[in-house]
Amino acid sequence: MIEIKNISKSFGATKVIDDVSYVFEQGKTNLIIGESGSGKTTIMKLMVGLHSVDSGEVLYDGLNFPTLGVKEKQEVRKKIGMLFQGGALFDSQTLEENVRFPLDMFTTMSKEEKLERVNFCLEKVQLTNKNNLYPGELSGGMKKRAALARAIANSPQYLFCDEPNSGLDPKTSIVIDNLIQSLTKEFNITTIVITHDMNSVVEIGEKILYIYKGKHWWTGNSKEILKTTNPELVDFVFASGFMKEVFNVVKK
Amino acid sequence: MNLFFHLGRYFILIKRVFSKPEKLSVYFKQIIHEIDNIGISSLPIIAIISFFMGGVITIQSAFGFTSPLVPLYAVGFTARESMLLEFSPTIVCLILAGKIGSNIASEIGSMRITEQIDALEIMGINSAGYLILPKIAAGVFIMPFLIAISMFLGILGGYVMGIATGACSSYEYIYGIQAFFEPWKLYYSFTKVLTFAFLITSISSYFGYYTHGGALEVGKSSTAAVVYSSILILIFNFLLTQLFLT
Repeated sequence: MIEIKNISKSFGATKVIDDVSYVFEQGKTNLIIGESGSGKTTIMKLMVGLHSVDSGEVLYDGLNFPTLGVKEKQEVRKKIGMLFQGGALFDSQTLEENVRFPLDMFTTMSKEEKLERVNFCLEKVQLTNKNNLYPGELSGGMKKRAALARAIANSPQYLFCDEPNSGLDPKTSIVIDNLIQSLTKEFNITTIVITHDMNSVVEIGEKILYIYKGKHWWTGNSKEILKTTNPELVDFVFASGFMKEVFNVVKK
Repeated sequence: MNLFFHLGRYFILIKRVFSKPEKLSVYFKQIIHEIDNIGISSLPIIAIISFFMGGVITIQSAFGFTSPLVPLYAVGFTARESMLLEFSPTIVCLILAGKIGSNIASEIGSMRITEQIDALEIMGINSAGYLILPKIAAGVFIMPFLIAISMFLGILGGYVMGIATGACSSYEYIYGIQAFFEPWKLYYSFTKVLTFAFLITSISSYFGYYTHGGALEVGKSSTAAVVYSSILILIFNFLLTQLFLT
């Protein structure tokens, strides 16, 4: 479980995150949604320590991450898997080397055990027998899946996914969403997904935090969001014609 | 103030670079990879430049020494001194600053803008140590060998072109390159090379590591890496020369 308590962050005179609190539950797909520039990614970066919080607490199973020392932070980070928006795969390494990388760095596994684990992770993301391909040879969807395989290689307790569906077609998006959800359930991970893809929200949103102008604006789940009367959230959710149709169906 | 900001940030980065590695075996593999990337791949350009520069120095020396009071073996002597003291340790390092410096800065800069460095940090890896330490270690290890090859090829180039153009005889050239040889000058030259190797790899890594933005900024970092490495090579060349030769 990860809990954020009253976190705030400013860049210069601009307050980007303003007193946000929330509990991200273990074994559930927790979503942070909001418009572009609302502060979703900043919250995630504050949680993993890529930015420092101005005030507030980020508690990983009770440990206040921002106040930990370098070594203690590294120990927590070893339990984190992260899927970046662009994949962030290491260009100079093959898929196998990318997925094996956290195992090389932090485990004492034998070569055979590592290979077995790599193949297991690649199979989970449906990239079996693609071990020797380089990131440059993969499609967008394959890169995301490969990055997901690397994120779960070291059996993380916390999985962060930054806009996992951006730039993907609806069919591939569903594949990625289903993968994230099944991995969360199978390994009982605390998963945090940042998205503004409404399809993902409806598909996998077990717990949803809506951020508006850097503030905690609404919380609920995928069923509740379709019935919301919160004006800003209604504007966000039903911005597209497709979602307006859904809204009309739900109203009936 | 800007200078002090960069100096402070550079030394903080260097402190992180030399902190204890997570896993030595992984770092060792990286060092081997970087030796190939930084050193072996630079060999052809170093060889070509050194050979021809040695030849040109020999021909120019022979052309300049018109007085009968100057013995012809001075041509070989001049070629040796030029190659050993200045051309190979300094000019070749300036060339390497261009080749290796831009390579390192653009590689690390690209990793920064594509969030690969963030990925390393989130995995709990000291990204500065993992990315930069192998480059510095490889540079400091392999560059003295490159410069030794450059010295040899420069002197060889002088011999080949000196004979081919009739600038001097084989006997005079060989006598000249052995005349008044003082071994401590090699100590001076290789001290310079080790210093320059550290400067090139660390400064270029610094500019790459702190790249922000996109492809344009990677290009700017790459240019800054070459410019500042070159300037610092020239400053340290002066300081070390003053220290050793006066």
